[in-house]
Amino acid sequence: MRPFSYARPASLGETFDLLDSAGPGEIRPLVGGTDLIVGLQSGRIRPDVVVDLKHLADLPAGIEQVDGRLRISAPTSLTDIIGDARIRTWFPALAEAASTVGSVQIRNRASLTGNICNASPAFDTGPALLVHDAVVLLSSRDGDRRVPVADFVLGPRRTDLRAGEIATAVELPVPETPLRASFARLTRRRGVDLATLSLCCVVGPRRTRFAFGAVAPRPFVVDDDSGVLADPSSSPEDRDEVLRAMTAQASPITDVRGGADYRQAMLLVLGRRALAAARSRPVQSQPDGAR
Amino acid sequence: MTGATRRDGYPVRVTVNGAARTVEVSSTETLLDALRWNLDLTGSKECCAEGECGACTVLVDGRAVNSCLVLAVESDGLDITTVEGLETGGPAGGRLSRLQDAFLEKGAVQCGFCIPGMVMAAQALLNENPHPRPDEVREGLAGNLCRCAGYQRIVDAVLLAAEEDA
Ligand SMILES: Cc1cc2nc3c(=O)[nH]c(=O)nc-3n(C[C@H](O)[C@H](O)[C@H](O)COP(=O)(O)OP(=O)(O)OC[C@H]3O[C@@H](n4cnc5c(N)ncnc54)[C@H](O)[C@@H]3O)c2cc1C
Ligand code: FES
Ligand code: FES
Repeated sequence: MRPFSYARPASLGETFDLLDSAGPGEIRPLVGGTDLIVGLQSGRIRPDVVVDLKHLADLPAGIEQVDGRLRISAPTSLTDIIGDARIRTWFPALAEAASTVGSVQIRNRASLTGNICNASPAFDTGPALLVHDAVVLLSSRDGDRRVPVADFVLGPRRTDLRAGEIATAVELPVPETPLRASFARLTRRRGVDLATLSLCCVVGPRRTRFAFGAVAPRPFVVDDDSGVLADPSSSPEDRDEVLRAMTAQASPITDVRGGADYRQAMLLVLGRRALAAARSRPVQSQPDGAR
Repeated sequence: MTGATRRDGYPVRVTVNGAARTVEVSSTETLLDALRWNLDLTGSKECCAEGECGACTVLVDGRAVNSCLVLAVESDGLDITTVEGLETGGPAGGRLSRLQDAFLEKGAVQCGFCIPGMVMAAQALLNENPHPRPDEVREGLAGNLCRCAGYQRIVDAVLLAAEEDA
C-alpha cells in the first residue's frame, strides 16, 4: 500500500473541511473498505487522504422512515439492511440482492452507499435499487442534492459524485400498494463470486418492470406497459417476445465470468424465472417486525 | 485525528480478547497486520489479503469480519475477538472451546491453515443462530476457503458443536 493519511472527522462540517482543503492529490471516503482496501492493496487506488465516514455524529448508521420514504444512512452495513423488517417487507428484492453480496464477513462491513459509489457494472444491489426508484442523497459545503441511482452511476467506476461531496444516504419511496418483486442472479459458483448477470423484476397490477445488472456499462431499467407480463393468462411465447424486447438495451461483454452470447441467452432464462418468482410472491404490506 | 497529514504513529486503542491494548500503527497497516505483528496474536492468518478466503476472520463487536480488509487505524475503539480468545480459563493453561473440540473430534483439521478463520466464522454463526441447519452452516462459512477441501468435516464439526449445546 502506498502511504496515505487517515482522517476520522466527527461531523459533516469537518468532513467538508477536509474535502475542501484537499490538495491536488486524491481524497477518498471510506465506509466498509471492502472495495477501497482491495484497491489500496493492489495500488489501483492511490489516495493522499482517506476519510473515514463511520464516526460522524450527525450521520449515524441506521434506517429511518421519513415521510413516505425509507432512508438508509451511508454507514449502515448490508447485514443491518438485510435484517431490517421494513426493507424485507417493502423491498424484498433489495434484501435478497444485498444478501448475495460477498460473504457474511463482507456484508458485515460493506455498505449500500459504497456498493453504489464503487460503480462496478456488476454491483448486485443496482437492479433492485433501480426498480424501486432509489435516490442517492449527496451533501457538500454548498448544500444537498438528490440524484436517482439510475443517473448517479454513469459507467464502470464512474459516478456523478462531485468534488467536495459525499453520499450521505440512499432513499427508497415506500410503495403505496405492496409490490411483488424478485431478484435473480447467475454466478459460476455459489458463495463468494461476482455476478455473471443479475436482474430484478417488479410486477404491478399492469406495469411490469425489469432492471438488469452486469450486462451493460451500468445497470438499466425497462418497463412493460403492454400488460402482457402482468397478465397470468398470457402465453409463454408472448411473454418471451416482450422479455426479448426488454433486454434489447443489453450489451454484454465477454470476460472471465461468461461469454457475451451466453449472457444474452441467460437474460431470457433468468428473466422468465424472475417473472415467475415475482408473480408467485405473497404480498405483505406491513413489516412483521420479526426476524 | 481530523485533518491529520501524517502517515504513521497513529495510536489505536482496542479491546482484544477482553483486554485493553494500545498499539501504534501506520496508515497502511491492516488490522490483521496489527494483530499478528504488533500484538503477537498469530492465530489469524493472512492468505489472499483481499477478502476472498476468510483465513483472517476475527469478530469485531461480535460480528465476523475479514481483518485483512480493515485498516488498523480504523479499528480504534473496536472490541475484537481472535481465535486465541476462544479458549476458556485464560490463554495460558486454558481449555479449548466446545467448538474447537468439535473440530478435533470430527477430524476437520488437515493442514490447519484455514481453521482459525473457519472457527471464528462458525463462532459468529453460532452466536446468532445456536442451532443452524446444514445449509445455514454452509452459508455462514461461504466466505471461508479450505485448500485441503475438508468442507464436509468442517460442517459436521459445527453441527456437532451446535448439537452438544442443545
Ligand atoms: C471478497 C469480496 C466479494 C465481493 N462480492 C461482491 C458481490 O458479490 N457483489 C457486489 O456487488 N459487490 C461485491 N464486493 C464489492 C464490495 O463488497 C461492495 O461493493 C460493497 O458494497 C462496498 O461497500 P463498502 O462500504 O465496503 O465501500 P468502500 O470500500 O468503503 O468504498 C467503495 C468506494 O466508494 C467510495 N465511497 C464509499 N462510501 C462513500 C460515500 N458515502 N460517499 C462517497 N463515496 C463513497 C469509496 O471512496 C470507494 O471508492 C465484494 C468485495 C470483496 C472484497
Ligand atoms: S486473508 Fe483476509 S480474506 Fe483472505
Ligand atoms: S485444513 Fe488445510 S486449508 Fe483447510
